[in-house]
Amino acid sequence: MSDEQGLFAFHDVVVERQGIRALNGFSARIEGLGVTGLSGPSGSGKSTLLRLCNRLEVPTSGQVLFRGDDVAGLDPLTLRRQVGMVFQKPTPFPGSVRDNLLAAAPDAGMDELEQALLRASLDGSWLDRDATTLSGGEAQRVCMARTLAMEPEVLLLDEPTSALDQAAVEIFEQAVSELVKAGLAAIWVSHDTVQLRRVADVVLRIDDGRYAGTDRIEHGSPAEEV
Amino acid sequence: MEGDVSIAGLATSLALVGVAAAISLWQRLGLERRILWAAARALVQLLLVGAALALIIEEGRPLAWSWLWVVAMVAYAGDVARRRAPEVPGVMWLAIAAFSAAAIISLGVLFGFGVLPLEGRTLVPLAGMLVGNSMTATVLVARRLVEELRDKRDEVEARLALGHASQQASTPYLRTALRSAVTPQIETTKATGLVFLPGAMTGLILAGVSPTDAVLVQAVVMFLILGSVTTTAVVMALGLIRRLFTSDHRLRWLPRQAET
Repeated sequence: MSDEQGLFAFHDVVVERQGIRALNGFSARIEGLGVTGLSGPSGSGKSTLLRLCNRLEVPTSGQVLFRGDDVAGLDPLTLRRQVGMVFQKPTPFPGSVRDNLLAAAPDAGMDELEQALLRASLDGSWLDRDATTLSGGEAQRVCMARTLAMEPEVLLLDEPTSALDQAAVEIFEQAVSELVKAGLAAIWVSHDTVQLRRVADVVLRIDDGRYAGTDRIEHGSPAEEV
Repeated sequence: MEGDVSIAGLATSLALVGVAAAISLWQRLGLERRILWAAARALVQLLLVGAALALIIEEGRPLAWSWLWVVAMVAYAGDVARRRAPEVPGVMWLAIAAFSAAAIISLGVLFGFGVLPLEGRTLVPLAGMLVGNSMTATVLVARRLVEELRDKRDEVEARLALGHASQQASTPYLRTALRSAVTPQIETTKATGLVFLPGAMTGLILAGVSPTDAVLVQAVVMFLILGSVTTTAVVMALGLIRRLFTSDHRLRWLPRQAET
């Protein structure tokens, strides 16, 4: 990765849908070291920004760069396998947990499947469970394991714990923390600033579709505004 | 012919429309005007179509007139599909493509292999059966597919986010939509002869054709319809997938249909 180019860079990005601007000239850079938090009020454009990173959304104007390359010029399917995403609402596919993991990595062997589960704080005993009967927290970790099964370089997290109870939130946060320690870059969208101070190393603030500043988090001390 | 209906007979049969209108009046359904209008409209339409068909398919007429009739029928069916499923983007052209594909395949088999002689009197009615009976499945598969992809958008996007191409990401929803569109025709085909006697066969028997010959014609028609329903549904569904996803594998915005 080029340190100068950062992981993602946004140049004057506008996203307009049905006449409403979700992003309104957003420019910023995400270094991609540890966990980058994206914070802002509801409707400020956080999730839209995240969806630009794996091209589930494209800008109306402006440019999004991934490691210095314009994502518009990259193969979207390859990009999405490099930049995995966990959504706000757990979306287990019908079938077993194994079926879900194989949807992401059809050629994966038993070891790879178990490894993906372990990285999401689950274990091999989950493989034969029906993915559609899991609790919210369990389903979300299965979805994370599914994303990890394709060995992404970056993990996009779109309010992944907003529907989980406190115990499930802690397990999820711990799992992400372990992944980041192992070298994975994560971008975590949340409206919960307390959570972002807990999990993120740096937080980008978005307001009304525009970049509103960056906070570097010194864990154990108050945030430092940049 | 034994099945000839005189003008007096036709007028007498209108008494049955009167029965329907009388029931509406008796039960205060408020449908009597609509019943009378529907019956009058159907009669006029049938008389006009009958006159036009007589001109087109009578012996000695060039076959091109019959083909032209088929083309017009397919185009009109596309417009009907558009009116029935306005929430489905591009449904008219997709329906026209679907009916055309079914016509080429089904009529190609029937006429190409000499099952029936290629004449105006066979081409026009068979194409009519094909289009008319495929209409429901064509509209159903389109509506169901849009509904599935719209309501399960989160799941579809989760599949796309795993690097699945749009064709792969939409496969489960495509299968659901196709099954729901084709299953009724399979059930109808299974029940034919036991639960009900199909229109073509009944018409032939009433017109004096022997039941054995009528059954053979009906079997051909049933297979034509089954093949056409499946072909139109699959062409519509596959075409629609191309419309609902962008070329870079994103699911387009699918607005919910306004409540009517």
